[in-house]
Amino acid sequence: MATGEEVKVLGYWSSPYALRVKWALKLKAVEFDYMEEDLTNKSALLLQLNPVHKKIPVLLHNGKPVAESLVIMEYVDETWKQNPLLPQHPHQRAIARFWAKFVDEKEGEEQEKAAKEAREHLKTLESGLEEGKPFFGGESIGFVDIAAAWIGVWGEITGEIVGIKLVDEEAMPLLTACFQAVLQTPLLKECLPPRAELLEHSKRFRQKLMAAAAAST
Amino acid sequence: MADELVLLNVWPSPFGMRVRIALAEKGIHGYVTKEQDLVNKGALLLEMNPVHKLVPVLIHNGRPVCESLLIVQYIDEVWRNGYPLLPSDPSRRAKARFWADYIDKKMYGPGRQVWLATGEAQAAAKGELIGCLKVLEAELGDKPYFGGDSFGFVDVALIPFYRWFSVYEHFGNFSTVAECPKLVSWAHRCTTERDCFQVSS
Repeated sequence: MATGEEVKVLGYWSSPYALRVKWALKLKAVEFDYMEEDLTNKSALLLQLNPVHKKIPVLLHNGKPVAESLVIMEYVDETWKQNPLLPQHPHQRAIARFWAKFVDEKEGEEQEKAAKEAREHLKTLESGLEEGKPFFGGESIGFVDIAAAWIGVWGEITGEIVGIKLVDEEAMPLLTACFQAVLQTPLLKECLPPRAELLEHSKRFRQKLMAAAAAST
Repeated sequence: MADELVLLNVWPSPFGMRVRIALAEKGIHGYVTKEQDLVNKGALLLEMNPVHKLVPVLIHNGRPVCESLLIVQYIDEVWRNGYPLLPSDPSRRAKARFWADYIDKKMYGPGRQVWLATGEAQAAAKGELIGCLKVLEAELGDKPYFGGDSFGFVDVALIPFYRWFSVYEHFGNFSTVAECPKLVSWAHRCTTERDCFQVSS
């Protein structure tokens, strides 16, 4: 890290979007300070840095905030050129951005509500992988891998709660292998939240959603 | 080798318009537009955009690019010597991407609901839409364009929806110029000052 460079990440322990940012910075060997937000009592700093959405993650680089995880990932890739996350060729870059956007649109955290649909979308996502190449990024972890591999953890937990196997090795072998390869990478694995806590958190979240749905009928 | 460019589009699409504006700003006029039937989708569309089966799709030398904002970025990266649609500074690029994303995530949905829904759903959408337009107007501030002095990515992302303002106003029963006068001035500025709007579409 260059002297005087200040990199901070405002995040939340169970957020896959914050995880994306940590992963991007780790892969680039960029040192950063991590600040855990209390989402039930958002800090003045968060509200100042992301007044539009008031959400994490937010990257703060030398006093300048960047919000929205995929926007942050592009910023990180453009600012720190080592270990590029996006491919060089414009068409391949467009394809990578396409799949990252697909993950955001189809596999949001509300996958709890629509697990069957989410499973179908994962089958579509599988089509973005090439036989013989371990990652969306080809031989090395790239933009889409960072954007999507959280599903390997969160999907498994959702599957356990709702009884549907989301990341199914039989139906989506390439995707399963890709996610596993990313999640087992030590540098990235150490960023993952503890599984037991994540499971409890997801169960509570689902109960809240179901209570809200029942209350509105 | 001469570039072969084909645009799969439907003429009313604001998303397709973004692509047409981007190409025009780069001085690219020699492309074929294939008007699509979105009810009975053709084989080419299904082949070029199998995931979403939507327009616009830009096919460049046989290779498809989908999703309007991704196409605009692609155009900017391929024709990098033409008019710059995105700034060069990463921090400003991030800001541009953030606001383009905001338009798609926060404005498009409520706008559509104002047009198509009724009753409470429409009323809620109207509140959301006007709120969103005010946020955009605040971001614009006193700048001539969202990009600052130059027409750029966010302007390209938003300006096609200007022709939809009258639809939202009609169905939502409100006046954009009353709620967001600066935004309307910005829209007039874009449509009168940019060459691409002087070309008949």
